[in-house]
Amino acid sequence: MRNSTGGTTESIDLLMYNQPIADRSLVSCPHCDLLQRLPDLAPGAAARCPRCNFELWRPRTDSLNRTLALTIAAAILYIVANTVPMLGLSVVGREAFTTVIGGAQHLWDDGSTTVAILVLFTAVLAPALQIGFMLAIVIGTWRDPVPGWVGFLLRHHGTTRTWSMIEVMMLGVLVALTKIADYATVIPGLALFALGALVFVLAGMQSAFDPREVWERIEWAQTRAERKLAQERASGFAS
Amino acid sequence: MNAPALTAMQQGLQNCEACGLLSRPAPGEEEGECPRCGQSLDFRKPASLQRTWAFLMAAAICYIPANVLPVLTTTTATGTESDTILQGVILLWSPSGWPLSLIVLFASIMIPSAKIIALAYLLITVHRRSNSNSEQRVRLYRIVEFIGRWSMVDVFVDTFTAALIQLQPLMSVEPGPGLFFFAAVVVFTMLAAESFDPRLIWDADEFDGG
Repeated sequence: MRNSTGGTTESIDLLMYNQPIADRSLVSCPHCDLLQRLPDLAPGAAARCPRCNFELWRPRTDSLNRTLALTIAAAILYIVANTVPMLGLSVVGREAFTTVIGGAQHLWDDGSTTVAILVLFTAVLAPALQIGFMLAIVIGTWRDPVPGWVGFLLRHHGTTRTWSMIEVMMLGVLVALTKIADYATVIPGLALFALGALVFVLAGMQSAFDPREVWERIEWAQTRAERKLAQERASGFAS
Repeated sequence: MNAPALTAMQQGLQNCEACGLLSRPAPGEEEGECPRCGQSLDFRKPASLQRTWAFLMAAAICYIPANVLPVLTTTTATGTESDTILQGVILLWSPSGWPLSLIVLFASIMIPSAKIIALAYLLITVHRRSNSNSEQRVRLYRIVEFIGRWSMVDVFVDTFTAALIQLQPLMSVEPGPGLFFFAAVVVFTMLAAESFDPRLIWDADEFDGG
């Protein structure tokens, strides 16, 4: 079946794609695979799977604009949080300050390189990707049809979200702060407040965003592959 | 309500976990790519049970050194002292600090062990094709998925404690070897939860029904 349609590698590439179903309101639950139809919902309402109660869809009012506003706020807070000191310590006239990156760097210098990389990844890199991807996704959605790279970013946005642990780090910093307060005077830095605000702005950014809206307007991977193939063929004939 | 519940797999349809589009693989094929977003598709996550078991066992093995080895070493003028996670919890316990002590106890000791037990329970019930308590089991899975990241708290506590308390020769704090294993437990349990396919919980229902 597969090879009979053509001998070139390009035509086999196109056959990898599944056949989409015609009825776009039909979905299956990611947590129990139950087939069901998504109802038309007003913003604020949510569709849940009748079998396992998974939240399938929650349409948002003015999703993209609100997400953009919150993403820009998150980006500013993120830059502040990573450039100014977060915590300071003062004991018998001596002061020491650290930033988030400084904490990871100290671990690295002490030989705990693996843990240092993990801290750097979860507290610095993953949040940067989470914010950067979202910014690119929302701006990319201004074009029509939405270009394919937006889909690539959206596909991987979930991973950056899983590993971005600003709120966990915040709790860790608060515990460390209380622990150290027994030995020395702790001076909370500006970055600590920026991080505290970032926790809420990031949560708001995620809940304002409706990925379905983007997916419905995106240029399909298959269409893109077909267009590329046609271009290659055209240039092949020309040369 | 009278019609039996149908799953996408029973209809030969694959759900894209990235973009949510339902599509049908080419005749005779088990896998393909999503025509909308290009994600590779399967009926179920590939080798879900094997991968989850592997990550879970790695986590269980690392759990022992994570709790036995010191996570922090404190050097003062009078000598050196090493603390494990549990000793850190006890040290935090004070009339004013007990809520934080409880947070660390919960996040560092109870959550990782509960996660390992919960995932092992989910895996065993799927292997045994259990079709009871499916709703509770998928809820348990969601709790495991949601709560896992919070175990990282102790890694951050130790990182910033060590980074700040650098007052040589008075006092300095260095991370201990236990921290590496503890971080490994958190990462492995998160990867285990991600590898597990909750749809497997419900598959036994359909096999028994049909």
